[in-house]
Amino acid sequence: MTAIVGAAAGPGPTAAAEPPPPGLRRRRWVPYLLLLPGGLWLLLFFVVPTVQLAGTSLYDRSGSLELGYTQTFAVGNYIDAITAYWPHLVRSALYSGIATIICVVLGYPLAYAIALKAGRWRNLMLVCVIAPFFTTFLVRTLAWKSILSDSGPVVGFFRAIPFVPDDFRLLATPAAVVCGLVYNFLPFMVLPLYASLERLDGRLLEAAGDLYARPATAFRRVTLPLSMPGLIAGTLLTFIPAAGDYINAELLGTPNEYMIGNVIDSAFLVRLDYPQAAALSFLLMATILVMVFSYVRAAGTDEVV
Amino acid sequence: MNTDDLVLENVTKRFGSVTAVDDLSVTVPQGSFFALLGASGCGKTTTLRMVAGLEELTEGTIRLGDKDITELRPYRRPVNTVFQSYALFPHLNIEDNVAFGLRQRGVRNTATKVAEMLELVQLPGFAKRKPAQLSGGQQQRIALARALVNEPQVLLLDEPLGALDLKLRRQMQIELKRIQTEVGITFLHVTHDQEEAMWMADTVAVMNDGRIEQLGAPTEIYEFPASPFVSNFLGQSNLFAAEVSGTNGADLLLTSHGERFAAPSARAHSTDGRVWLGVRPEKVRLALPGEDTPATHNQVHGVLTDTCYAGVSTEYLLRTPWGQEMSVFSANAAAGEPLSPGTEVVAHWYPPHSFVLDRRLGEGDEIAQYSADPLGVAP
Repeated sequence: MTAIVGAAAGPGPTAAAEPPPPGLRRRRWVPYLLLLPGGLWLLLFFVVPTVQLAGTSLYDRSGSLELGYTQTFAVGNYIDAITAYWPHLVRSALYSGIATIICVVLGYPLAYAIALKAGRWRNLMLVCVIAPFFTTFLVRTLAWKSILSDSGPVVGFFRAIPFVPDDFRLLATPAAVVCGLVYNFLPFMVLPLYASLERLDGRLLEAAGDLYARPATAFRRVTLPLSMPGLIAGTLLTFIPAAGDYINAELLGTPNEYMIGNVIDSAFLVRLDYPQAAALSFLLMATILVMVFSYVRAAGTDEVV
Repeated sequence: MNTDDLVLENVTKRFGSVTAVDDLSVTVPQGSFFALLGASGCGKTTTLRMVAGLEELTEGTIRLGDKDITELRPYRRPVNTVFQSYALFPHLNIEDNVAFGLRQRGVRNTATKVAEMLELVQLPGFAKRKPAQLSGGQQQRIALARALVNEPQVLLLDEPLGALDLKLRRQMQIELKRIQTEVGITFLHVTHDQEEAMWMADTVAVMNDGRIEQLGAPTEIYEFPASPFVSNFLGQSNLFAAEVSGTNGADLLLTSHGERFAAPSARAHSTDGRVWLGVRPEKVRLALPGEDTPATHNQVHGVLTDTCYAGVSTEYLLRTPWGQEMSVFSANAAAGEPLSPGTEVVAHWYPPHSFVLDRRLGEGDEIAQYSADPLGVAP
């Protein structure tokens, strides 16, 4: 590296006369040099493990960690995994989908208010959005356990309402898991939305009003389309990690609410069934990819500036 | 009064303790090209935004014909705006941009109207492009088309040519004038460019400090300005502190720094006491001492301090015996070299080219700076 830089920087009498000039030759290398550290990292810690995982998912399941596995290209592993755990896959897609929709409903007004209405409170409000990250994921989720517990204030409030049965509970229900997912991933929705709303030129809204659009129409025809990049980024950043999450189902749910993440977790660490765990991981990845691609196509990113 | 005149009555706008527009009353006749001219911060844009409904009035009323539109929301007003930044919707193509207003009002078959408009602004065939693919001048025309297609009662233009380079600007000025004549809609045009205002508008209102200093046809304002501010905001003026010493028939006799001058009473906004005697630099001619000058002309002796050759004309600065700078523009119509600095000259002008303005107590000692300052902002 020092040799390259040194040679280029030294404009010796011979070097200066030679075509092409050393400065240009060095510049062509710069993009590759910049890509190198990240590329190496991805190759070592993403590409290699993925290939290895793909291999593992096709091992003969009769092997074990102690005895070793044989590569038999057992495609049946995938069929077994789907037959046994398709409810978990569906549940993952369902819970994370619902959580993402709730995140949009809560996050869009919040991001809109911070970006366009908060004035001098804007930075403080942004800090508040990020503040939960100062505590660990696990502790935050545990806190929800006591918030939603049967003796907690939320359940107490609901039980006080007439016609709500006395055995009404939140903890250990799908609602609790979705609540946890929403809470944990809301900032990932708010921040990209904020970034795209903050760039919105207020004069465009004035122009829409000037052209007879009521505020609601101006929002639908101008604000919403222009914030689409943020909305798409936010949905992906929320849906993808939520679909693979297992902490919320583990802490706030029961085995009846377990998501595919919990199954993979137990296959890898409890049952030590590596081929099936790997096959389930790939199934999850495929499900997410299919859902994301159809979503992005439907959202029509080519219309987005 | 015409039924579709735009009338502003006692309009005031305050932002906190700052008064942006101060008790302004004006009538914009239907079908006219009306320019609000002023330096930045004079309240002209605020006035325009109040007409558009983008700014609420602190006091006063705005009427359009018989209809009071003071409280109407922007989307209910029969006016459209061409914004300074154009504010084209970046996610919509040109056709959808231009059709935006029509669709909001439920107009069907927008395609023909849009095509007609694109023809009018001379950009046919641009319908499917995105705003980002257009140059500044083209975006400007689209912004105009997007507003005009709605056939508003009043079209508001907020410094629409501000972002264009000089050549394009001239071209667009001619274009705007042509379009206004063609469609016959009232144009309310806000600008800080005095040439642009004079060139295009039928009526110019010069604004200063939230008020209209003078209103009239461009020639009227230029030839007979009503205040020292206007006399130096629209072009340049030489102003001499003077006192009225008497009358001679239809003429007013004035004394300034011991010299005697004459000006027609009809060209005086104030006919007694302290006044300013003004004359435009291009009305003044130069003669060498001893040369014949018409006996009735007003005369000022002086020494040339600066000569600026500008092609079409030569701009001279001369120092009067009382130390004031006076500027003289002389068309380069005659043969011969311009006069060089240091030459003693006699500046003279035909008295009806003078104008007389009211001068307040205390003003006048600082005139030397005043005349040398084209914007008239020096203390």
